[in-house]
Amino acid sequence: MQREFRDASSGPVKHVANRLLHALNQDVPQVERESKSTDMSETWEDHLRRTFRSMITARTLESKLASLYKAGKIVGGVYIGPGQEAVSASIGSCLTWNRDIFGALIRDQGGRTAFGEPILDATRSYLGSVKGPSKGRDGNIHRGHPAQGLPAMISHLGAMVSVVAGMLLARRLQGRLDGIVGAVSVGDGASSTGSFHEGINLAAVERLPLVVVLTNNQFAYSTPTDRQFRCRSLVDRAIGYGIPGYEVDGTDLLASLEVISKAVTEARQGGGPQLVVANLLRLSGHGEHDDGSYVPDEIRNSALGRDCMEVAEHQLLQAGFVTEAELESWKNEAAEQVQAAVAQAQQEPSPDPYTDDWSVYASPELAEDC
Amino acid sequence: MEEVTYIDAIREAQHDLLASDERVFIYGQDVGDFGGAFKATQGLKSLYPDRVIDSPISEDAMIGLAVGASIEGMRPIVEMQFADFSSVGFNQIVNQAGTQFYRTGVPAPITVRLPSGGTPGSGPFHSQMMESVYAYYPGLVIVTPATVADAYSMLVDAVALDDPVLYCEHKFLYRWLKSDRLSDDDEKLPIGQARIVRAGKHATVVAYSAMVHEALRAADLLAEEGWEIEVVDLRSVKPLDTDTIVASVARTGRLLAVGEAFPWGGVTSEIVSRVTNDGFHLLDAPPQRLNSRDTPVPYHPNLWEAHRPTLESIAAAIRNLLRL
Repeated sequence: MQREFRDASSGPVKHVANRLLHALNQDVPQVERESKSTDMSETWEDHLRRTFRSMITARTLESKLASLYKAGKIVGGVYIGPGQEAVSASIGSCLTWNRDIFGALIRDQGGRTAFGEPILDATRSYLGSVKGPSKGRDGNIHRGHPAQGLPAMISHLGAMVSVVAGMLLARRLQGRLDGIVGAVSVGDGASSTGSFHEGINLAAVERLPLVVVLTNNQFAYSTPTDRQFRCRSLVDRAIGYGIPGYEVDGTDLLASLEVISKAVTEARQGGGPQLVVANLLRLSGHGEHDDGSYVPDEIRNSALGRDCMEVAEHQLLQAGFVTEAELESWKNEAAEQVQAAVAQAQQEPSPDPYTDDWSVYASPELAEDC
Repeated sequence: MEEVTYIDAIREAQHDLLASDERVFIYGQDVGDFGGAFKATQGLKSLYPDRVIDSPISEDAMIGLAVGASIEGMRPIVEMQFADFSSVGFNQIVNQAGTQFYRTGVPAPITVRLPSGGTPGSGPFHSQMMESVYAYYPGLVIVTPATVADAYSMLVDAVALDDPVLYCEHKFLYRWLKSDRLSDDDEKLPIGQARIVRAGKHATVVAYSAMVHEALRAADLLAEEGWEIEVVDLRSVKPLDTDTIVASVARTGRLLAVGEAFPWGGVTSEIVSRVTNDGFHLLDAPPQRLNSRDTPVPYHPNLWEAHRPTLESIAAAIRNLLRL
């Protein structure tokens, strides 16, 4: 199942060398210290630290949500993204809340946190608080803050690609697109939809600053990639769209942040849409109801099955970007924040069908009593 | 004043919207320099080059893009080349646009123009009526203008509305229907209000879109036989103006609901259902429905004429209703 990673090839598709594939067993190469992020006031080191902290928060939060699910405290299902935090948080940490746009998907707690979504949004949505972003009208990962650049995903895969493209097109028409980027998260399953194809092709036609991050986590629910697509690598799709493509080891924070940061910078600077394909393994079931028993041990034990949290921790410690003591305090702080967010959401009222206005129209005069 | 056609009204409304509101842009296949498959956007690209945008053939992404743009404060008008092709954008219409406000509190004010209905020789995939399909879903507004003035004012009103609107324009009316006025302020009604276009006392015919004109012709025919038939133009099928319909039935005691859509369920069923619920005691006869046949829309004009309700079939249905 494990696909061979390749070095830079000719043509518009650039395969990023997977130089850190075996980082756990090797000395980490010298990491450049100059800024690779677009905010020049932030060093590369700080950008990495910020991204990793969001990963810690996300992992801590989702572990708690999984426990609450098993304890029967959650309304509906729980969909978490262990193993995907490095990629997801790298997207979010390259974007600015209320300025850029992030079309988050099912396994994007890392990206949501890094982008700026309060973790209360997650606990309120999962625990059924009426104060959640959807007031209980929708839940779990379908939450968002569209007006702040975080559209609320629908379940139909690929559908958010064109929505983010439309948000960017609007900015262009309004003359406020300069320096703005929109990112949208999809998976290997979404890559098979017509919606994904239509959206990314349209963005290419309009040359919009859209970064499509395609996380190939090897399984769409239980469907393996050999039942999903036939091409060598999904990054080859970029050639068909006439846009730059990058492939990266998604278990590797340093590589993921570097590649995603580069794609975001290219898009910001007028380079048009970018496709990043990140390879990794989903380290959970599809949802917490699913034990993922269909995932073969060979994949679990391959490089794809590495836990990005362990890789990142090792990388940052080795590079001297973080100390053991700092890590300890970050983890403690994340645990406290999560505990507080859970406690607050649990104290809050549930939606009340008798006081909900049941309004489906923004123009209330249109409401029919039927 | 020169005569204006139904399609002129649609073009003029879009022109005036582009001129008066910088949030408005038009997105669709061939809408730019080509002026649209039916010339509804003719000349607009040269006047507003940035805001009249040709799209790829991607109905799903076209609607998704419009919803995204609306989140950012724009007022997109999407032209579906034919209503039939909106089925490809169905998911984005009903699940993205239709749920957006309910789920997030952020409105999705998009207008989707659906060139609807049959013309002779158009066949199964260029003739469909989609209003009943979309009316089923919460959060959407469905308008079906039947006059030149409504074609103009309802498009302007649709764009002004903070909710997603499916604007069902009938292709048969494009060049056939003419008026000496683009709009009529005296007769202007808001979206959601039906209009009694012919007063009568023996039976009520509720119709919308092109069927309003067939119903009026049938009423003319019945008048020669001594019957006074009231004709109600729904104007919008969602919201549905139940009050006006029930009030009419209160006067006439008999109801025939006419639609060009397929017969299973849909707008005419909804009308009969509501009148039966709210006005059962007003009815002197079982309420009747007349729709197209339950087959794809046929290609040959002979078959097409016999597929949809016509002057003759509506007149026959009214005569039957009057005998019940």
